[in-house]
Amino acid sequence: MSDFEKKILEFKNRLNSTQDSKEIEAIRTDIFSKNGFINSQFKKLGSLSQDEKKTFASNINKAKQELLEIFRSKATEVSDKDLNEKIKKEKIDVTLPEKEFKIGKIHPVSQVIDEISCIFSEIGFSVEEGPDVENDYNNFTALNTPKDHPAKDMHDTFYLDENMKTLLRTHTSPVQVRTMLKGKPPFKIIAPGRTYRSDSDQTHTPMFHQLEGLHIDKNINMGHLKGCLNYFIKEFFEVDKIKMRFRPSHFPFTEPSAEVDIGYRIENNKITIGEGDKWLEVLGCGMVHPNVLKNCKVDPKIYQGFAFGIGIDRLAMLKYGINDLRSFFECDYRWLNYYGFDPLDVPTNYRGLSK
Amino acid sequence: MKFTKDWLDVHLKTNKSESQIIQKLNSIGLEVEKVEPVKNELSDFIVAKIIKANKHPNADRLKLCDVDIGKKNTLKVVCGAPNARDGLLTIYAPPGSVIPKNSMKLEVSKIRGETSYGMLCSESELKLSNESEGIIDLNDKYKTKIGKSFFGKKKGKNVIELSITPNRPDCLGVRGIARDLSASNFGKLKEPRKSKVKNNIKHNLKIKIEKNKNQACSIFGSCIIKNIKNTESPGWLKNRILALGLRPISAVVDITNYVMFDLNRPLHAYDLDKIKNKITVRNSKKGESFKALDNKNYTLDKDMCVIADDEGVLGLGGIIGGERSGTEIHTKNILLEAAYFDPALIRKTAKKLDLNSDAKFRFERGVDPQSVNAGLDSAVELILEICGGEVSKFDVQQTKKFKDLEIKFDPKTVTKTVGTNININELKKILSNLGFTIKTKGKFLNVKVPSWRPDIFGEIDLVEEVIRIIGFEKIKSIEPEKKRTKPTLNFFQKHFHLAQRSVASKGYLETITWSFTDEKINNKFKEKLESVKIVNPISSDLNVLRNSLYPNLIFYLEKNLNRGFGDQALFEIGPTFTGRKPGQQITVVCGIKKQFIDEDNNLKKNDLVDVFHIKKDLVQSLTELEIRKEDFKVEENTPSYYHPGISGSIISKDGNLVLGYFGALHPKIISNTFGFEIFLENLVEYKAKNKKTKDSLTFSDYQKSDRDFAFLVNKDTRAQDLTEVIQKIDKDLIKEIKIFDVYEGENIPSDKKSIALKVTIQSDHKTLKENDLTNISKKIISTVEEKTGAKLRS
Repeated sequence: MSDFEKKILEFKNRLNSTQDSKEIEAIRTDIFSKNGFINSQFKKLGSLSQDEKKTFASNINKAKQELLEIFRSKATEVSDKDLNEKIKKEKIDVTLPEKEFKIGKIHPVSQVIDEISCIFSEIGFSVEEGPDVENDYNNFTALNTPKDHPAKDMHDTFYLDENMKTLLRTHTSPVQVRTMLKGKPPFKIIAPGRTYRSDSDQTHTPMFHQLEGLHIDKNINMGHLKGCLNYFIKEFFEVDKIKMRFRPSHFPFTEPSAEVDIGYRIENNKITIGEGDKWLEVLGCGMVHPNVLKNCKVDPKIYQGFAFGIGIDRLAMLKYGINDLRSFFECDYRWLNYYGFDPLDVPTNYRGLSK
Repeated sequence: MKFTKDWLDVHLKTNKSESQIIQKLNSIGLEVEKVEPVKNELSDFIVAKIIKANKHPNADRLKLCDVDIGKKNTLKVVCGAPNARDGLLTIYAPPGSVIPKNSMKLEVSKIRGETSYGMLCSESELKLSNESEGIIDLNDKYKTKIGKSFFGKKKGKNVIELSITPNRPDCLGVRGIARDLSASNFGKLKEPRKSKVKNNIKHNLKIKIEKNKNQACSIFGSCIIKNIKNTESPGWLKNRILALGLRPISAVVDITNYVMFDLNRPLHAYDLDKIKNKITVRNSKKGESFKALDNKNYTLDKDMCVIADDEGVLGLGGIIGGERSGTEIHTKNILLEAAYFDPALIRKTAKKLDLNSDAKFRFERGVDPQSVNAGLDSAVELILEICGGEVSKFDVQQTKKFKDLEIKFDPKTVTKTVGTNININELKKILSNLGFTIKTKGKFLNVKVPSWRPDIFGEIDLVEEVIRIIGFEKIKSIEPEKKRTKPTLNFFQKHFHLAQRSVASKGYLETITWSFTDEKINNKFKEKLESVKIVNPISSDLNVLRNSLYPNLIFYLEKNLNRGFGDQALFEIGPTFTGRKPGQQITVVCGIKKQFIDEDNNLKKNDLVDVFHIKKDLVQSLTELEIRKEDFKVEENTPSYYHPGISGSIISKDGNLVLGYFGALHPKIISNTFGFEIFLENLVEYKAKNKKTKDSLTFSDYQKSDRDFAFLVNKDTRAQDLTEVIQKIDKDLIKEIKIFDVYEGENIPSDKKSIALKVTIQSDHKTLKENDLTNISKKIISTVEEKTGAKLRS
């Protein structure tokens, strides 16, 4: 056996007997580095004859391939072994708490306003707004509610001055007045917002939310009103069919006026909307009174249409099973977290209103 | 408005059942609020059990009993009966009930310093026997009846309670309800009974309506009835009065109440012998006073309508009678009044005096001015029947004529309004059944409005009458068109929507709080704004409109802290008020963050909230609203509710608009709490003025180089001062400036600090040579030193 072969055998033995990554690296240097065994053998070629050169070079190459193969498989084996050992040691308690990520929440009233806007957007309504502080004219007079009339008692008003001229709006209807006074018909708007009445008990809060709707054009009649609200309620509660009734009522600013009830039933403490034999009042509506149109510089001989007012908080309670109106405004951390919506959960008409 | 089916039968001949009628009433706009079994006089008295008869602390002979009346909690009742003992089953009378023996109305009262809620009754008190020694001792059979009425309830009869809208005073009388039902094909309205009474004595009391400015009374009808024998009402009348929820008093009073609820015709009975000389209906003088039938004294303002005699005020016209001339059980001679008062003036007076009565409720809505005679007839007939006596002719003083309104009505308006074809004959039939008189004039109808319908003014009112009787369910629904011609949200609204969700996505919980707040807290946040007071606040701690969102947010944050929630971030988006006029309000987004420092929690120690967290949240939200860092600068002036050293304001680059504030809140207000505000109108105005179109993206692939600098600056020099100066040196080459260290302390003079920054330099056109980099670095150093007084640290 030549020295060359002995050396090869020695390397093979070294490789086969090691399990240590450092030794593997040392062997690699000994064999394959610039000054390693293989290169030192090639350097010997210069001093050999042509024939010897050919044979020896071929031997070196053969040996190199052989060693390389063994080296690779051994290197893989050792690194796999090392990694496995490392992994074994890396066991951590994944039941420890994750890093805190705080996502905020959108208040259910805001979410429901977005849902409602989304529904009415589909049928061509746009969103209008008005100030929270109103004058007596826009809140009452222009809306055909005469001074010293019991109809005013339906609204326990917060006043800002002793002469009762400025007040916190008791409904969103003054937005109708502002919209009509600043523009030209047709009008097709919804107006969500805060409203105020000096009333506070189990089912009333001094501030609550309403949504006003107004559609005025040349030929808008009660059939359109029914169709519009029917569509809205169905879309809002995300059901195909809904039991609904229009009951005559009275509001100074609409005539004829109606209250809308939807059917419901309660089973095992759960409320089902749209069926059942109980009725729940959800909104008031009617054909805009000609006097209101006149007050808003719209000619009632040419234009007519409907208006409606919806209690937003009430709808939110129904849709999302919230029992207590007052809890909407108590900012309880647990409540906000529980009933709030993910800010990424934006109601859209292609995805649907709710998740 | 309450009534019973048998009362309705007095006016309506119908074969419909009570439940059919209830359904119909709802569908024609007379909303049924409640249907309840009729109460009788004795249904208040409840079977009860003494759980414990304790000794009264202040009286030897009294006991303070814990009484079970079938409710969740027991009641305290003071009792003097010797047989009151633990476990005794007896009869309990609640406050408000009237004891049959002495007609005394029970009230919650203090007996020797202990409050007693009601009374335990003896047999004699309930007129069961003469036994008055001790309270009733019921046998064990009643054990299961605790909480139930002792006398039981009469079965089968219901009181129907309607919620009548303010436009329908006619339905505040049973006859009006009957008329509406008859128009809905629910029976036939009976003709009113013709009076058979002979008016054969003289009406010898002088009555005059004075001509005053704003005289509320325009009709005063009356008659005198002499030699009556006032008495307890007969059973049928008592039951009707009880059905209304009233207490029977005497035949005369019960009859006036009965007619009021039967015909919506308020009446008043005076004891004739107590009237001095004559009746004058006049305006009050300021300071006049009288004692009303509710036992209260009222001092009147100028110009309230009073009924007076020569001695002074007898009563407030249309609102309440006076005690001085009230009828009693032994009253012999009476004056019966049926008058008409102006709705608005009645309302004004009653509001001022804070007085409510069934008569006032009706007059302010509108009583039929033509019902004076019918009302008197109806009451006189009953009084003579029950109390006997002789009646005078009716005296009717009238200062104003009431003419029935006539409306020219185009019947096509109905179809045009409701969108469904309505048959003209049906329309005419409905209106005439409701009491309208119709004459056809070509294409139009001349419609005369009945005097009891003050709510009908024009064509649209007639449309409503027709369609509510036909039923809204007959209107064909028209599907809405899915077409949009205008954007749903405007520019501002889009930003509102985005700001709301942007802030929520930074970990803040959205709250909605009142638009008003406690003035005391608000004062800490109002700065130069005026406080806008609410004249009639719901409570004294919600008495001003908020000038800032902080007061309420802090209030609720602290509430949550008390509930045990340490780490909190809340926000609200909504109005704050800058003045008391409509429109003087702005939209603010306000976030507030508090961290609970938990010394034991090592896992969280590296994540403490400081001012730069809140700044991060704010700047990131601004970025999402497309206000980028180059669009604003940070200044130090902030309102006084922020910590003066740890807060900043975000000002538009042009210096004109405050876009927001951030910082630690002032420790005097709340400790260790951070907050920010965004002023949405300002932000949107700034954006609208500086609308940018997004340039197409360019970026350089040439080598970029970083150069680090450390400058020694005065302590009050702001990092922003350095970065602004450097940025301006070469906007093309200087791509980014990053501050990576601020150091004060050892090796640095005490009035100085060191700011270290990394400047990234890159050309869009070529690879910069060492030479170029050296030049720009030198320029950075010289410019910064020159402009800010800084010194490069060597």
